[in-house]
Amino acid sequence: MLRLASLALLVTAWSIGSWTAGEQMLPAPTTVLTTVIAEARSGELFFHLAATLARVAVAFTLAMTIGTMIGLAMGRVALIDRLGDPWLVVLLNLPALVVIVLAYVWGGLTEIAAVLAVAVNKLPTAVVTVREGARALDAALDEMAHVFAMPRWKAFRHVVLPQLAPYLAAAARSGLSLVWKIVLIVELLGRPNGVGFEIGIAFQLFDVTRILTYALAFVVVILAIETFVVQPIERRASRWRTRTA
Amino acid sequence: MNDAHRAGGQGLLEVLIARKTYRIASGQSLEVLRGIALTLARGEVGVLVGPSGCGKTTMLRIIAGSDTDYDGTVVRPPPGKLAMVFQEPRLLPWRTVDDNVRLVAPRADEAMLAMLFDTLELDQHRSHYPGELSLGLARRVALARAFAVEPELLLLDEPFVSLDDALAARLRDELAMLVDRSAMTTLLVTHDVDEAVCLADRLFLLSPRPAHIVAEVPIPLPRRSRTATDMATIKAEIARQLAAANAGPAAP
Repeated sequence: MLRLASLALLVTAWSIGSWTAGEQMLPAPTTVLTTVIAEARSGELFFHLAATLARVAVAFTLAMTIGTMIGLAMGRVALIDRLGDPWLVVLLNLPALVVIVLAYVWGGLTEIAAVLAVAVNKLPTAVVTVREGARALDAALDEMAHVFAMPRWKAFRHVVLPQLAPYLAAAARSGLSLVWKIVLIVELLGRPNGVGFEIGIAFQLFDVTRILTYALAFVVVILAIETFVVQPIERRASRWRTRTA
Repeated sequence: MNDAHRAGGQGLLEVLIARKTYRIASGQSLEVLRGIALTLARGEVGVLVGPSGCGKTTMLRIIAGSDTDYDGTVVRPPPGKLAMVFQEPRLLPWRTVDDNVRLVAPRADEAMLAMLFDTLELDQHRSHYPGELSLGLARRVALARAFAVEPELLLLDEPFVSLDDALAARLRDELAMLVDRSAMTTLLVTHDVDEAVCLADRLFLLSPRPAHIVAEVPIPLPRRSRTATDMATIKAEIARQLAAANAGPAAP
């Protein structure tokens, strides 16, 4: 209820802003909504959303999978940590734009270059978060699994993974928001479709309505993923915690 | 170090630890164990009794195979035939009681588990998470988990420490019952002489650090037929042995 009221307040503020600044600078919520419906009717909206979502999905999965593996290795083996740390610092501080431009220069304006550029941007933060998780793993439980001769995969699934779950959730959360923002830049710079491409066109035409239309549509999609995918998984993973009455 | 899986010796468990040292933070090395020799026949219950901090847990970790940095040899059953009850319950907080037990004992059948949960009075708690249990209950789950494996060798590291006396005594009786029923070889570590006298077929008395075995006391009397006077006699014998060891030309 409170969330809805807060949302209503946002829409009201938007309306007032639009009224004072004028439709040109900030179109009213109703104007944007009409455009959303029009774009949805023509199929354009879904086409671009799908293109962007596909890139987000691939880049996110790639970065999370590789990031988790590297993070685990670095958190558990001191030598790998020492060897990998300088690389990590370099990657962490490399501006997203540099990675994207280099990827396009080296790989051409291709889909693979685009997705890889996004994944490389997300990778180091995933590594850092998972590494923290791997460092915090409980040695006593490892010993238990070892003494009882639990098979490797089983021990990973039931002993290690649940301990990493909060770290993976944190990495996924921040990752999702980071990845979709970077995907938009990648699309703006070198892809012929997607939300970023559309916003680029709208920018050249100074079409604020169009910019807001696509931004809004994508925010709704991300919110839906957060509510219907990320949160249920998190609830399931933390159901063992005793609820404080 | 040298680990082996029963190379034809006479015992199910044969432990020979010449030396175990730790490197402490200041860079010096600290000798924890020296000249430990211990053999348990199949089905025997051995109890290691020693003062706190003498290196009992270290010894148990070496025997369990989780510490391989020592001079000596250990002959133990192969992996999967070993179970351990740690000083803390060490349950997986994110798995139910039932899953905690089944995860380490995938081959345990339902009838056996039901009997085990019943004996340890856990049948009401099978779907609970460890966070919802008292320490006493969690310790019972740790016992159930170890027995569910149906190990050849069961190791217990002060399994009843920090429980109140009445509860500790009850759990001790339950343990004695389970050990008698299954006839598995058991090695228990404790600083509590009463507990040791209740459970042991063979007592090993340990010195302070660096720990070595000062005396080995076999108790031929079956566990169930031990009376209070029997136990008092055994305790007197232990006291005598310890006094003799301390008076003798032991290391200063």
